[in-house]
Amino acid sequence: MISKLQTIEKSINSELSSKIKNSTIDNEELLIEIDENNLVDVIQFLKSNDNCKFKQLIDIAGVDYPEKEKRFELIYLFLSHENNLRIKVLIKFPIDQAINSVTKIFPSANWMEREVFDMYGVKFKNHPDLRRILTDYGFKGHPLRKDFPLTGFNEVRYSEKDKKVIYEPVKLEQNYRNFDFESPWEGTNYIKEIKNSEKDGKKN
Amino acid sequence: MVKKTKSLSLNFGPQHPAAHGVLRLILELDGEIVEKADPHIGLLHRGTEKLIEQKTYTQALPYFDRLDYVAPMNQEHAFALAAEKLLKVEVPIRAKYIRVIFCEIGRILSHILNVTTQALDVGALTPSLWGFEERETLMTFYERASGSRLHANYFRTGGVHKDIPMKLIEDIEKFCKSFPKIIDDLEGLLTDNRIFKQRNVEIGIVSKQEALDHSFSGVMLRGSGVPWDLRRSQPYEIYKDLEFKIPVGKNGDCYDRYLCRIEEMRESVKIILQCIERLPKGPVISIDNKISPPNRDDIKQSMEALIHHFKLFTEGYRVPKGDVYTAVEAPKGEFGVYLISDGSNKPYRCKIRAPGFSHLQAMDYLIRGHMLADVPAVLGSLDIVFGEVDR
Repeated sequence: MISKLQTIEKSINSELSSKIKNSTIDNEELLIEIDENNLVDVIQFLKSNDNCKFKQLIDIAGVDYPEKEKRFELIYLFLSHENNLRIKVLIKFPIDQAINSVTKIFPSANWMEREVFDMYGVKFKNHPDLRRILTDYGFKGHPLRKDFPLTGFNEVRYSEKDKKVIYEPVKLEQNYRNFDFESPWEGTNYIKEIKNSEKDGKKN
Repeated sequence: MVKKTKSLSLNFGPQHPAAHGVLRLILELDGEIVEKADPHIGLLHRGTEKLIEQKTYTQALPYFDRLDYVAPMNQEHAFALAAEKLLKVEVPIRAKYIRVIFCEIGRILSHILNVTTQALDVGALTPSLWGFEERETLMTFYERASGSRLHANYFRTGGVHKDIPMKLIEDIEKFCKSFPKIIDDLEGLLTDNRIFKQRNVEIGIVSKQEALDHSFSGVMLRGSGVPWDLRRSQPYEIYKDLEFKIPVGKNGDCYDRYLCRIEEMRESVKIILQCIERLPKGPVISIDNKISPPNRDDIKQSMEALIHHFKLFTEGYRVPKGDVYTAVEAPKGEFGVYLISDGSNKPYRCKIRAPGFSHLQAMDYLIRGHMLADVPAVLGSLDIVFGEVDR
């Protein structure tokens, strides 16, 4: 499994040398980091190249790191049935950057990109139909951003007086209680980990 | 003189029995022919991913029962595997067997529901009445193992919550012996049924290439003739030691997908029987008390066990930094969890890959040019559950 990943990593690196910023294999998973401008080219290559054949887009996952300059990350997960391999493609970009849509290459990216737009407010260029998808009609804000409160801003209820469902600002009797249980000491050293590090030490 | 025609838009749902939940489908019709379908989803959106970011790993697990509530444990499985991969915990062999037994029970649960409600959508009432009786039996198995029929919270990081009683294994075995007869009965009602065939054969055809392009997985992919099953190609738990066949369709229409599901149920029964036969003895959850809670008796006796218990249920366990994607072959297709840990006791990000999301997305492509009456048939064969589509 690992050796297969390493060969594919090598071949991708040699073919796309200038476009790959970084590539790693962690937890038996191959991750390549690229520049957001090269996204369409790289994905087209991954899909059509004979060594790769990543013909299925599994998912697009957005991540928000509010403290970083390049705030958002998108991770594209691909699967190759022929080679029985998976690959992750990572791009990092600042908040106002628009990303090229890959709907032309993978039609299934349509809703996935809509979801990222809905949840993070990332805009996609050349997307055929960039609307919100999971949130309510007329929803404001992007809920999966880390600065969006868990309780949201608006709540709905049925008003007996108006005979319809109305929107109101959230009124809570008590705030969401987020206890900080994390101990100030360093995290647990797992037995397994120690064993592994010992093994590594011996090897070296 | 050419008569000008105007297409009619029709609002299907969100409260429609054939929509299998809360789907709002805006159809543009030319007479009875569907020209365009625009599914509006998100009416059951509960912000699962956001909530998981606020909870410890132990607390995040029950949210997975609430995704595809037809086969809850298969979902838990994906998350448990992801956390285990990051923690590098080993799952005891008995737990692996129990997990596989319950995953296959989940598969049968889901397929019974889908096959029978698909039949219901095209006009056959009896299969659902017969099938639901069996689902009830299976859900009591869930209840006897985990304490609840639906929201099991049974698969934990490092194993399963509690061992299963001996009597339960006997009863599952008894069920497996009698269930193939029920499948035969269901098939007797549907497989050669003229009306059922008229409604399903050559409806909603998906070609191999289209199935790949639209990110289909599971039965939707196999129905179109792609032999791909994660249990076989990227085996997890003990699937590589088990013998089972993977049914593959030929035409990729609704009828082939129905046949695949029927065959998969038969295979699941075989898998469960193999697991029961080989079920080894031993612990059912990792003995590492930094991850799994200690035994009740030990808590009364040992100070260390008490501390472990307290720490586990307040702070939880910390998961090493990193990101993993783990996928399981859920009844509906590839259910994946992409987990990012920042080294704390809560997931930094947990992206849930629900198979139904991609399947429903292809609705427009599948239904274009079909008659209005085919909408429920195609929707039924997609096997949509809104818990997982909307998350």
